[in-house]
Amino acid sequence: MMRRFTKNYLNYTIITLVMVVFAIMALATPMKDSTAFLFQKITVAVILAVSLNFVVGFLGELSLGHAGFMSIGAYLGGKLSLVIITAFGLENNNILVLIVALIVGALCAAACGVVVGFAALRLRGDYLAIVTLAFGEIVRVIFTNSSDSSFGGALGLKSPSFSKREMYILAIIGFLLILFTLFVIQNLLKSKTGRAITAIRDNEIAAKAMGIDVTKHKLMVFVIAAAFAGIAGVLFSYSKPLVEAKSFGYNYSIEILIIVVLGGIGSINGSIISATLITILNEKLTVYMTGDNAVYKDLFYAIILVLVVIYNNAPGLKNFREKYNFKNLFAKIFKPKHDPSKIKDDAAKWDVVPTKIQMDEVLSTDMVIDNTGDNNADIGERGGNK
Amino acid sequence: MAKFIEKAKNFVNTKVLKKTHKRVDIESEYVLETKELGITFGGLKAAQDVNLKIKKNQIYGLIGPNGAGKTTVFNLLTGVYQPTTGTFYLNGSDLTGLSQEKINQKGIARTFQNIRLFNNMSVVRNVMVGLSNQPEYKCSLFESIFRLPRHFKVEKKMRARAKELLDIFGLLDERNNLACNLPYGKQRKLEIARALATNPKLLLLDEPAAGMNPNETEDLVNTIKYIRDNFDMTILLIEHDMKFVSGLCDEITVLNFGTVLVEGKTKEALNNPEVIKAYIGG
Repeated sequence: MMRRFTKNYLNYTIITLVMVVFAIMALATPMKDSTAFLFQKITVAVILAVSLNFVVGFLGELSLGHAGFMSIGAYLGGKLSLVIITAFGLENNNILVLIVALIVGALCAAACGVVVGFAALRLRGDYLAIVTLAFGEIVRVIFTNSSDSSFGGALGLKSPSFSKREMYILAIIGFLLILFTLFVIQNLLKSKTGRAITAIRDNEIAAKAMGIDVTKHKLMVFVIAAAFAGIAGVLFSYSKPLVEAKSFGYNYSIEILIIVVLGGIGSINGSIISATLITILNEKLTVYMTGDNAVYKDLFYAIILVLVVIYNNAPGLKNFREKYNFKNLFAKIFKPKHDPSKIKDDAAKWDVVPTKIQMDEVLSTDMVIDNTGDNNADIGERGGNK
Repeated sequence: MAKFIEKAKNFVNTKVLKKTHKRVDIESEYVLETKELGITFGGLKAAQDVNLKIKKNQIYGLIGPNGAGKTTVFNLLTGVYQPTTGTFYLNGSDLTGLSQEKINQKGIARTFQNIRLFNNMSVVRNVMVGLSNQPEYKCSLFESIFRLPRHFKVEKKMRARAKELLDIFGLLDERNNLACNLPYGKQRKLEIARALATNPKLLLLDEPAAGMNPNETEDLVNTIKYIRDNFDMTILLIEHDMKFVSGLCDEITVLNFGTVLVEGKTKEALNNPEVIKAYIGG
């Protein structure tokens, strides 16, 4: 029961707790604007990372156009919601404008997801990555070169936004949207459809032979991921008075991909954690490395990324990784240390040997026992002389 | 001019008519009936005029030397390739030109020569993927995202059914292992279980005994017979192990260079001098 709970609902619980604590802190004490802004940034990053992981980790297709979907959500959500809201004369209600913008942004981004999804049906791997990259750039260029009256061109679109004082409200809305994202994506993955999606990732030919409609599922994944990217885009745009196309360049897409890769491809919780840490890291580096040191910020960031990737993936560090990782750390905190004297027979001994290192230890002790017994006798017979 | 017209006709026949191939159902006493089924890749005639007639509950063998076109026939029957000539019928309904998933939903399931499991999924989930298209496990996306009662009911039913299937193949104890961690023989069995989960009328097995030791092969013979009897199944299989084929199949078709060499009762066909010549040469 407990295990099932931790497996299914732990991330919801933690995020809700963080949200509640954050809300209490923001309401009870005057919070620094930068803190609220940081939290708001984290929520955007988490939504983006989880939705990109849905494509990269579970459908197994590389998408480099996530920032493109995001900008569609930011621009169209911002613009259309303003049009709709002005038509009804409700522009004073900030939150209502935001909700309409979220819905419109998600729908517009989803529509673009259909377009990219159709490309995804024909291409795979590197080729699809290039197409999505191109999509992101096309979107950016279109918005940059739009006329001032439509999307503001290079100067950026003046869209409704929250003031710095109210940033904490946006962060709380962001937390709620993370919960919504997790709810949809995790439930989807733990259902029949999710199994079909992972089946396509594992073996597309076999999935087709099992009667799974690959077209439908691929499109669905792209559309859902794009919709959540659109939602994140709207959130992002609401933290700034101007939506600028240059902030949605391919660098941003790559950054989201980095978050997903560092958190572990195919691990939702990993994406959440790494989105949080990388956003904080980025923010803190900007704060501490000012003046002349600002040049080293990117270098420092890159070095940390390289180290993390080496730790995660280098085959040579396998043993090191198995010895020093979060799982073992948690096991040490929550579980009493395993006592070898309690083992009664061999079968039990093999049962409680999960990791490779421990396995090697067992093997080596067995060999020592062998040497003291029969093997010595063997040598004695063959040696003959003594 | 005449040449041009012929080319145009050819083009219309292969490129246009293939797509607008009118499916006409026929009356048929056979589960699978193929009529002059064939495919050409450029100038290579990979399969030609293949006429198979498989009765209900039959275990039918498709043999031939390497490169004879056996797997090509399987690929034609499952929609991986679209036939350039001919048609095939499952219980009289024309399936020519349908997509892979449609053909599977109509009732032809297959296994692969080189195992194609969903490696990063557990054994029981592999089977549940196979189950997902059946009407009794229907559950919309909305229902599963918002966890309506139907989702839980369907999931429970699917899991129970998957366990039943795994039990038949002796894989019940390994249901929570990853599929890639199973030994080879069990992976083959899991592939058959997964194919059965799609509730087919015709099961195509592509070299089910490849890479198995004699004990495992014998075990497999019994399993296939069990499937035939208990699932009311018709089975078409490709195999190189002649002992396996003669112990299992009632009738066989021998292919060579994409064409049918001999068809008929297993013993007679295997002792046919043409067949021996095709295998040994001379």
